[in-house]
This record gives sequence, structure tokens and C-alpha cells, in this order.
Amino acid sequence: MTFLNWISVAAGIMFGIGALCAVWRIIKGPSILDRALATDVLLAIGMCVLGAEMAINRHTDTLVILLVLAIFAFVGSISIARFMAKQDAS
Amino acid sequence: MSGSELAIGILVLVSAFLSMAAGIGIVRFPDVLTRLHAGTKPQVLGLATVLLAISIADPHWGVITTAILVLTFQLLTQPMTAHMLGRSAYRTEHLRRDLLIEDVLARDIDTRGIGT
Repeated sequence: MTFLNWISVAAGIMFGIGALCAVWRIIKGPSILDRALATDVLLAIGMCVLGAEMAINRHTDTLVILLVLAIFAFVGSISIARFMAKQDAS
Repeated sequence: MSGSELAIGILVLVSAFLSMAAGIGIVRFPDVLTRLHAGTKPQVLGLATVLLAISIADPHWGVITTAILVLTFQLLTQPMTAHMLGRSAYRTEHLRRDLLIEDVLARDIDTRGIGT
């Protein structure tokens, strides 16, 4: 295996641990704000995975997806945070 | 193994480590504000290292300017998300007050009467 193969295996394991922790927090999270934050973290990990795959395989096909996600990904969390009522306990 | 491969590998590993730290942080920390602290840092630095790795792997002007654009929009939007989540968490009492060292905001909210 080449150097970048080892790097991709190690990075894949670490990305996987982070994504599984975020999914666990989405399932478990006591409030909806925890779930919104964990969804944000999961999305950021997905963007990092897309970028890492592009850097390792030396192509730039999905750079546009990264751009669109960076522009529009914040809308969901902000609407959840903005329109969350005080009496909503979950 | 060339120099650019070494740089790409190290940058990707930094991003992966930051993602893992964010995941562990949002599982281990006790309330929304501390989880916000753990979760929002890798969204910027992890993406910045990955974009730098892409720019090293394929150094053309189109790729570099798009990477700068992605990082600019991420730097514009992520602080807004963190700010809104923290504000909403404070105002809906999703924080543990026994963990706060000092609550500077409570005095201002009380004197100005901006609701809770």
C-alpha cells in the first residue's frame, strides 16, 4: 500500500468515529438544540470527507457541492434556533 | 512518497482528528453551550486544512479561488449558526447554571427588560 492509502484508512477511521458520535447525539440528545448542533457537526464532517477524498484522489469534481453546502447549510439550524418556543421542552 | 503527498496526508489527518474530537466532544460534554464549544471549532479549521490539501493536490487558479470562496462562506455562516444556537439555548434555559462561573448576560437582560 502506498502512503496515501494508509492515510486514507486512518482518516476514514477517525471520520467514522466522529460521524458515529454525532449520530449518537442526534438520537440521544435531550433537546432539539442538541440535535441541531449534532446535525451541523455531521454535515461539517461530511464536507471534510468530500474534501479529503478529492485531495487524496486528486480530482475536483465535487468542489461545487462543497461550495453549495458552505453557502446554504446554515439555514436549517438557524431556523430551528430562531423559531424554537420557550415551552417546547423536547 | 513526494513532498506534496506528505503535506496532503498530514493535512487530511489533521482534519480527521478534528472531526473525531468534535464527535467525542459533543457526546461527552454536559450541556448545549459546552457542546457548542466542542462542535463549532472543527467546522472551520478542519475544512480549512482540507481545502489547503485540495489546493496543494491540484494547484490551479480555479481550484484555489473556489477553495477561498468555500472557506469565506463557511467563515461567514458558521458563527451565525453558533450564535443563534447559543442565544436560543440561553433563552430557553437549556444550560446548566451550576457550571457557569459568572452569568454576565443575566444582569443586562433584567435591566433592559428584553424578555427571557
